[in-house]
Amino acid sequence: MISANLSAIFYLISGVLFILALRGLSSPETSRQGNFFGIIGMVIAITVTFLSIGNFSSGFIYVLIFLLVGGIIGAFIAYKIPMTAMPELVAGFHSLVGLAAVFVAISAFLNPEAFNLGSIGNIKLGSLIEMSIGAAVGAITFSGSIIAFLKLQGIMSGSPITFRGQHPLNALILVSIIIVTYFLCSTQSSNLFWILLVISFLIGFLLIIPIGGADMPVVISMLNSYSGWAAAGIGFTLENTALIITGALVGSSGAILSYIMCKGMNRSFFNVILGGFGATDQSSPTENKEQKPVKSGNAEDAAFLMKNASSVIIVPGYGMAVAQAQHALREMVDTLKKNDIKVSYAIHPVAGRMPGHMNVLLAEANVPYDEVFELEEINNDFANTDVAFVIGANDVTNPAAKSDPQSPIYGMPVLDVEKCKSVLFVKRSLSPGYAGIDNDLFYKENTLMLFADAKKMTEDITKNL
Amino acid sequence: MEIDPFIFRLSIFILSIFIGYYVVWSVTPSLHTPLMSVTNAISSVIIVGAIIAGLAGNFESIFNFSSIFGFLAISLAAINIFGGFLVTQRMLAMYKKKKKDR
Repeated sequence: MISANLSAIFYLISGVLFILALRGLSSPETSRQGNFFGIIGMVIAITVTFLSIGNFSSGFIYVLIFLLVGGIIGAFIAYKIPMTAMPELVAGFHSLVGLAAVFVAISAFLNPEAFNLGSIGNIKLGSLIEMSIGAAVGAITFSGSIIAFLKLQGIMSGSPITFRGQHPLNALILVSIIIVTYFLCSTQSSNLFWILLVISFLIGFLLIIPIGGADMPVVISMLNSYSGWAAAGIGFTLENTALIITGALVGSSGAILSYIMCKGMNRSFFNVILGGFGATDQSSPTENKEQKPVKSGNAEDAAFLMKNASSVIIVPGYGMAVAQAQHALREMVDTLKKNDIKVSYAIHPVAGRMPGHMNVLLAEANVPYDEVFELEEINNDFANTDVAFVIGANDVTNPAAKSDPQSPIYGMPVLDVEKCKSVLFVKRSLSPGYAGIDNDLFYKENTLMLFADAKKMTEDITKNL
Repeated sequence: MEIDPFIFRLSIFILSIFIGYYVVWSVTPSLHTPLMSVTNAISSVIIVGAIIAGLAGNFESIFNFSSIFGFLAISLAAINIFGGFLVTQRMLAMYKKKKKDR
């Protein structure tokens, strides 16, 4: 058994190692080392916890069993999961952090002596407040992430679910969470504790159902942030420095990511959270659609255009992930490069279903990361480029965001694809994108639409090159 | 007058938010997905609370109502720790620079 002071110092060390783990992600070269720091930090934290309890009785063996069972499941998932399923995986992991926070809070509430928090019915006020916050935020994280997971997995429809009185109902529940917490702290009633958990689960569920599929990058980042705040709440209850530091780090990390994602869509955080964007009320644009001429072509035409180009920019989007086209795409690019054509990739901040989604898929397909560029880095290059190859992206290329103040996406930063000499647009049909608006790019003089599955089309183009 | 230890914890918390703010802004956007998976893994340090809860039962009844939740939380957090770090490792191993000979 080691002293409380010594274990506190070790918890501090593991907190510092976690900071270094995030710091490592500033570049791909240092990132692997960073991840290693994170692992060391975790090993220290767990070891110190065992040593500070110092009770190697029969309970200890059960701790190891449960740890191993979880570890094996986790390792199995980590090795099996396809890279295209990353958003679902992260949402799933968030739900587990949330639920673990809830369980620890329940355990601390039922057995406060074990945590030095007082006795049943007489828990220290500060600890009870911290515990309630940790439990409520954890419960919201859990149920919210479950909905996000179901939507991403396609088990639940990605379209927003809205009903009358949704916002007043949510506001009512949020207020009641505060009221229940207040009475819980003044009466120490365990019934109120359970009620708090139930309404927190409920609000997590209600908060996420009105948010549509393409807003998931914001939702996932937000839930990431919540999982951090839940951990910090529990950290205060347990008076554990490692947990407080980590909770704060994760909380601010998720908040920054949500901010970056909202900025990528030029929408306020509240606009996203209130939901309903992209719901099925596209009434006006449908009428004049058929009059506009569209040029469509096949793989041969596309191959001809690209062969005669000297530079090509690839614009991937969620459609590429759905079609699993990243490997076929890289093969096409390899062939282009053999013909001395300069190829780079342009990634919009909200392309895909989570921050950095496209980058991971391209990395998986062995695309070197120094050929992949962010919006600001590459947007000026479109004007001097021969061909833009848009694969599975739509709204992020819509010039209406710059020119049409009536458009719902007006003001959103977009990739200036239309400035290229010609645009190849791989798409399954002319249907509008997530925002439910028509893309003017389809009808431009220099646009050639390639109606096909993204993977099949890229393979066919490669054959014709 | 003595300062309540809570104030010290609050100080750590606030300062860590600022550290997190500056560290995360320096993360390159192409690594935002690994950032999410690694933050997932490290927030599962909540396992320390779960271990305390699990070992809190007395000798006759290891599985009382309270410690059961502790044991379940250990498994949940362990899934996250192993899954989170390993999947991050797997992703980071894929990020490669351009080979010069191509």
